[in-house]
Amino acid sequence: MSETAISVQGLGKKYLIGHENKERYTALRDVIVQNIKGVGKSVKRLFTEHGPGVAGSEIEEFWALKDINFEVQQGDAVGIIGRNGAGKSTLLKILSRITVPTKGHIEIVGRMASLLEVGTGFHPELTGRENIFLNGAIMGMNTPEIKKKFDEIVEFSGVEKFLDTPVKRFSSGMYVRLAFAVAAHLESEILIVDEVLAVGDAEFQKKCLGKMDEVAQKEGRTVLFVSHNMQAMSSLCNKGILLNKGNIEHTGNISDCISRYYKGSTVFNFNAHTALKNRLDRHNGKVRFDRVEIANETEGNDIWDIQIDQAIEFKLQCIAFEKSDGLTFYVAIKSQISDLIVSNFKVVLTKKQIVQGQTIYFSFSLPGNTLRPGQYNLYFAIADQFGREWFDAIDENVSLPSLIITPSRIDVHENVGFCSLPFQLNLDEVIIS
Amino acid sequence: MEKKVQRLIIEPGRVEKNYWLDLLVFKNLFYILSWRDIKVRYKQTVIGTLWAIIRPFLTMIVFTVVFGRVAGLKTEGTAPYALMVLAGLLPWQFFSIAFSNASESLVVNANLLSKVYFPRLIVPASAVITSLVDFLISFVILIGLMIYYHYAPNWNILLIPVFTLIAFAQSFAFGLYLAALNVKYRDFRYVIPFIVQIGLYVSPVGFSSSVIPEKWKLYYYLNPVVSVIDGFRWCIIGNGAANPFTAYFVLSMSITIIMLIYAVYKFRKMEKTFADLI
Repeated sequence: MSETAISVQGLGKKYLIGHENKERYTALRDVIVQNIKGVGKSVKRLFTEHGPGVAGSEIEEFWALKDINFEVQQGDAVGIIGRNGAGKSTLLKILSRITVPTKGHIEIVGRMASLLEVGTGFHPELTGRENIFLNGAIMGMNTPEIKKKFDEIVEFSGVEKFLDTPVKRFSSGMYVRLAFAVAAHLESEILIVDEVLAVGDAEFQKKCLGKMDEVAQKEGRTVLFVSHNMQAMSSLCNKGILLNKGNIEHTGNISDCISRYYKGSTVFNFNAHTALKNRLDRHNGKVRFDRVEIANETEGNDIWDIQIDQAIEFKLQCIAFEKSDGLTFYVAIKSQISDLIVSNFKVVLTKKQIVQGQTIYFSFSLPGNTLRPGQYNLYFAIADQFGREWFDAIDENVSLPSLIITPSRIDVHENVGFCSLPFQLNLDEVIIS
Repeated sequence: MEKKVQRLIIEPGRVEKNYWLDLLVFKNLFYILSWRDIKVRYKQTVIGTLWAIIRPFLTMIVFTVVFGRVAGLKTEGTAPYALMVLAGLLPWQFFSIAFSNASESLVVNANLLSKVYFPRLIVPASAVITSLVDFLISFVILIGLMIYYHYAPNWNILLIPVFTLIAFAQSFAFGLYLAALNVKYRDFRYVIPFIVQIGLYVSPVGFSSSVIPEKWKLYYYLNPVVSVIDGFRWCIIGNGAANPFTAYFVLSMSITIIMLIYAVYKFRKMEKTFADLI
C-alpha cells in the first residue's frame, strides 16, 4: 500500500465576475487604453469595494471548482481531463499555491514543483546560460542544484551553440527546448504539469513526452498532468480525473476517464466567454469561435470519422466581442503523422464592419475524395478582412476534434499520400500494340 | 539534499506559518531576481552604467543654478551649493527610483506571479536592491565633486550606511504598499510618478532644511524622507551642517516604522489575491 501524496477534501474556488464583455485590467501592456473614461470608472470602483476579479458593473459569483475530493497515491501519474473551463487550470493553480482556495482542505506530502508554463520568467535580454539559472531559481532550484544539472539540461535542450546568445535571438523552437529542458530537470517528489506540450515541434514533443514518461514510470514520482492530447494522456498516466464545469465527473482508471470524456455530440462549443488569458491561443480575442459543428454523421466528439467519398460540411459560429473591420477565415488541414499542412485556404467572409455582440454564422465544405485516408488535425483561425489582425485560432489543443478519413472500396488511390488530386484518364486513348 | 518529508497544508485563510521560513528557502530566487534586474537594466544602451552618473549630475547642475544662483538660497555651513544639492540628491534619487520600481514590480512581473509560487515579498524587495546599485554607483560623482572643491569630510561620513538603511526601509515600505494597491487598481501607476514629482519639491533636495520657517517644520517633517536627506547632508558636509538628530528625527523614524509594519501587514493580506487579480 503506497502512501498518499496529495489529498484534497471539499475544495472549492469562487470567482466574482463582472459582466462587461471586456477583459479585466491586463493594462500592463496598454497604457493608451487607459483613457479618461477608464480612470473615472476605476475611481468609482475605488469607492465601491468589491472582491477579487471584478471588472463590470454587474457582479456574478462563479464557482470555478465545487466540492472537489480526491486522493493521489505516491508514484501515481494522474491525468486531469476536461473541456475548456472545466476548472483544470484553477485546480493546478491552487495545488501550486499560486491562488488560494475559497473552501476545503489540501494536504501535500513531499517536495512539489509545478510547471504551468514553459519558460516562466525567461528574460529576452539574458543569454541562454543566464536564463537557465534564472528559470531554475524561479522553479525553486538552488544554484548548486542547477550547476550540477547544467550539462544535462544543455544536452537535453540541444542549444549548446547558442548558450551565450540572448534568448531574444532564439527561434521559438529553441526557446521552448531550452525552457522545457530546465523544467524537465526539476527535482521533486511531485510534479504538476499543465498543457506545456502544446508548444514545440513534433520531434521535441516526443522527447518531452519520453522525459515525462521517465519521470512518472522509472523514477516513480507523482505526476499531475493536464493536456488535451489524449494520446499522451493515455500513455503517460495510469489514473485520471475527469472534470466537468467545476465538478469531478469521474475518477479512476485513465482509459475510463478518456472514454467518458469522448461521449457527446458532434457539436463543439468553445466557450467563447473564457477569459482570454486562460485561453491557449495567442490572438486578441476580439472575435471568437463559439461553436463548430460538422453536418456529417460521425462517431464521438473527439474524432470526426468520415468516409473518404463524403463531402465534409462544417458549420461555424463566432461571436464578436469588439468591432472588427470585416472578417477573414483561415483553414489549415494538418497531417497528424508529420504535422505538415496538407492543404489550407483563406477567404474573406465579409468586408462589412462587425460590431460588438454580433454573431457570425457560416459554413464551408470539403469535397469528398480529396483527403487520403488517415488522421488530420484542423486549424481554424479568424482575422480582419486584410488578415492583419488575428482574433482567434482553434485547433486540437483546444479540443477541436481531428478528422479521420476512412477508406472505401471504390476509391481508386492507394492508401499512401496526403491528398487525392483529380485525374482524368481517357480509356479510349489507351493503346495496346 | 536532506530527505525530510515536507508536509504542506493548503486551506482558505490559513496563516502560513512557514511564510517567513519560505523567504529563506527562496533566498536564491531573491538574489537571482535582483541580479537579473541589474544585469538587464542597461542592456542595449551605449553608455550603460554611465546613466546612473549622468542623471544625478545633470539634475545637480540644474538645481544649483535654479536654487543657488537664481533663487539665491543659502547653503549649509561652508559647503559649495552644488555639494549641498548633491548630498540631498543622492538619497532622494535612491528613494524615488527604489520606490517607483518597487511599486511597479508586481505588475511588471505579472507573468511570474500568475505561474509560480514564491513569497511575493521578494519581488518589491529585489526591486529596491536593484536601485541600491545605481545609488552606490552615483557616489562616484560625490567623490569627484569633493575632490574638485577640495572639500574634506569629517567622521560624520561613517554614518552614511545608517541613513542608507533608513532610506531603504522607507522606499521598501512605501513601495510595498503601493505595489499591492497597484495590482488591484492600476490607477496607481499614474499616481506614482506624481508622488515622486511632488516629493522632489517638498523634500529638501534643491534647498536646505534651514530655509523652512519654524512654524511649518512640523508639517514639513511629516515627510519622513526629509530626515534622511538632512542626515545625508550632515554626514557629507560635516561641520556646519544642521544636526539631524532632533525631535523631528524621532517623528520621521516613527512614521517610517509604522509605515513599514502597516505595509507588510497590508501586503500579506492582499498577497493571496494577487494571482487572481493581476
